[in-house]
Amino acid sequence: MPPTVAVLDYGFGNVRSAVRAAEYVGATAVLSSDFNTCLNSDGLIIPGVGAFAACMQGIDRVRGGALIDARMVAGRPVLGICVGMQIMFEKGIEHGITTSGLGQWPGTVDQLVAPIVPHMGWNNVVPPASSTLFAGVESELFYFVHSYAVQEWVMTDTDPYQHPPTVTWSDYGVPFIAAVENGPLSAVQFHPEKSGEAGLTLIDNWISSLA
Amino acid sequence: MTLAARVIACLDVDAGRVVKGVNFVDLVDAGDPIELASFYGAAGIDELVFLDITASSSDRETTLELVRRSAEQVFIPVTVGGGIRRIEDIDALLRAGADKVSINTAAIARPELLREAAQRFGSQCIVLSLDARRELGQPSGFGVTTHGGRESSGLDAVQWAQKAAECGVGEILLNSMDADGTKAGFDLELIRAVRGAVNIPIIASGGAGVPEDFAAAINAGAQAVLAASIFHFGEVSIEQVKSALKADSIPVREPTKLVS
Repeated sequence: MPPTVAVLDYGFGNVRSAVRAAEYVGATAVLSSDFNTCLNSDGLIIPGVGAFAACMQGIDRVRGGALIDARMVAGRPVLGICVGMQIMFEKGIEHGITTSGLGQWPGTVDQLVAPIVPHMGWNNVVPPASSTLFAGVESELFYFVHSYAVQEWVMTDTDPYQHPPTVTWSDYGVPFIAAVENGPLSAVQFHPEKSGEAGLTLIDNWISSLA
Repeated sequence: MTLAARVIACLDVDAGRVVKGVNFVDLVDAGDPIELASFYGAAGIDELVFLDITASSSDRETTLELVRRSAEQVFIPVTVGGGIRRIEDIDALLRAGADKVSINTAAIARPELLREAAQRFGSQCIVLSLDARRELGQPSGFGVTTHGGRESSGLDAVQWAQKAAECGVGEILLNSMDADGTKAGFDLELIRAVRGAVNIPIIASGGAGVPEDFAAAINAGAQAVLAASIFHFGEVSIEQVKSALKADSIPVREPTKLVS
């Protein structure tokens, strides 16, 4: 039986590509906003584009916070993509307005300060040796498009976390977090479903890790 | 920071078929946008633009179907432009799987469309397509044209780019109507003029003839370079463009073959 993957449909993100990319690497994928379908799939992808605040409203409408909490308690893998990664953090600041995120990780999503914004295009990443997601694609470029990012990782290694986080950084004028792997919860700032073969390999790595 | 300069191919699509000369011998169906898109994907293209030149609204559904198929088979970013007039058009294209949409004439008629689109869908997916031409009497020396460069809109190209950036567009597809089709190189003056006025990415378009032209456009301030016929006719390959960029110390993406 191939692993099952649900892509959470909450009105944001290029969901068709995410579903298709999961299928391409051998998963059985569905697009769904149904709580139980998304709870019981082997893997859950949280897509997301646009504004942090708008995505959080969408997530709230489908009880996405409770869904992700329930999956974390059960140790069931979740992969956030782009704004789907950003909302895993405590809060996002857009145009001076702070919006609460899901708070799975401490930290703030803030504006990128660079000469040219959005950060749009293919950039490299620096994954630690412990990374599962980037196995075999450590030196590849991935497709980013965003104006906001988490620029400081505030969890410390000495904190008593069950799963020590693996944090992958990238750089666009300032260093920012490109990916986090933290037990069942993983997230990437770039779009693996738009990152050609490197992105498909990353999704394959994630799906291969699904219980 | 190694953000790579993006190399983009533009496909003109009419009623779901690629038009305006594509000449690859090894394609089964050179008119099939998806087959071409896959070909370019394998060749290392960083992004694709589908320019829908369909005139009739009844063919719009064909375009949406094309975008759907594309999103399911091509795992690189795709921008769709041409004939986008309303928020509903953008919504339909994004839902079908387009990553970005480019807006041209409709924004000249009503700039607020850009602001509404950026607010609703996010800056990252709204591209201003700007057809510029040298025009006496404009403050920057460049005017905005419509109808494929045949008519002047009366707007100054640099001011229009600024206005669009203020409205929240995430990128400018900057087409030089003077350079278009000449193969004499990108219009570097135009790129510099717009670069000096906005801090969003610029895609340089129009005039590419040889691989070295692309590096000049990036050095003039563009973040991405676009061409159509010279790629389609095999006059210049994606690999040659990236080699020329690298030779000029410009970072490029050179994907490793991973998936067999």
